[in-house]
Amino acid sequence: MATLVNKHSAVVTLPIDTQIQINRDFNVPKELVYRAWTTPELVKRWWSAGHGTVTIADIDLQVGGMWRWVTVTETGFEVAFHGVYQQLTANELIVCTEVYEAMPDGEALNTITFSERDGGSSLTLLVQHSCQEHRDGHVNSGMESGMQTALDMLESIALELLEAAAIKA
Amino acid sequence: MARAATTTDVFNAIAEPGRRQILDLLVHGELSVNELVEQLGLAQPQVSKRLHVLREVGLVLVRDDGRQRYYRLNGRALKPIHDWIRRYEQMWNERFDALDELLEELNHEED
Repeated sequence: MATLVNKHSAVVTLPIDTQIQINRDFNVPKELVYRAWTTPELVKRWWSAGHGTVTIADIDLQVGGMWRWVTVTETGFEVAFHGVYQQLTANELIVCTEVYEAMPDGEALNTITFSERDGGSSLTLLVQHSCQEHRDGHVNSGMESGMQTALDMLESIALELLEAAAIKA
Repeated sequence: MARAATTTDVFNAIAEPGRRQILDLLVHGELSVNELVEQLGLAQPQVSKRLHVLREVGLVLVRDDGRQRYYRLNGRALKPIHDWIRRYEQMWNERFDALDELLEELNHEED
């Protein structure tokens, strides 16, 4: 089976400081990838990535409709996201808001694009936050608190660079 | 709160895997351009182009020593930034690997 040989990796980039972009290729047609994102019983089978159980995968697949996905980790910690669908083109595009319920102020806008490529399909998920703090919080969500140290470091680096720039100017 | 463009540039600089590769090498200490070219296994113009971007946003500092040009990291805490993105990537990789398994199953049903 070619699938095992042809294994893909996610590529994460930060196009600008309020965005996170994730790209991933798949060996199956885009229709299947879209179905896996928009069907509750299918979402429950991959969203938690083996780190707990997806207990809720509500999907009201229409513009203005709401989605809410809840994962319960092995340690009993609940990680919940919800949002509203703003644009839907079957097998092509999902635009929806996303709120991480532990940080309800940080609403993001997700644009998920499904496209064809040779040998299968390709997915791009662009997460647009209103500000960098929210983005950093998002990256931190559902991860160990040790990440916070890294984010604090990031903040100090940024400040250091800004100061350096100010001195040069 | 609007931020100065420098910050954005730094995020851009570390967002590109090829440039992160250079930062990764410099984590262990100062290297000459030749050493970087050798370790990356790329042509010198490619390496110079990446170094130029990193230099422009202040992520690397340059020192000329005779005919050699040495690069070093600016800011010992760059590694956590790199790790931070890597961790996020890892989370999505695990998720997509699980999705691959499911998709393969769905694909068989379609056949």
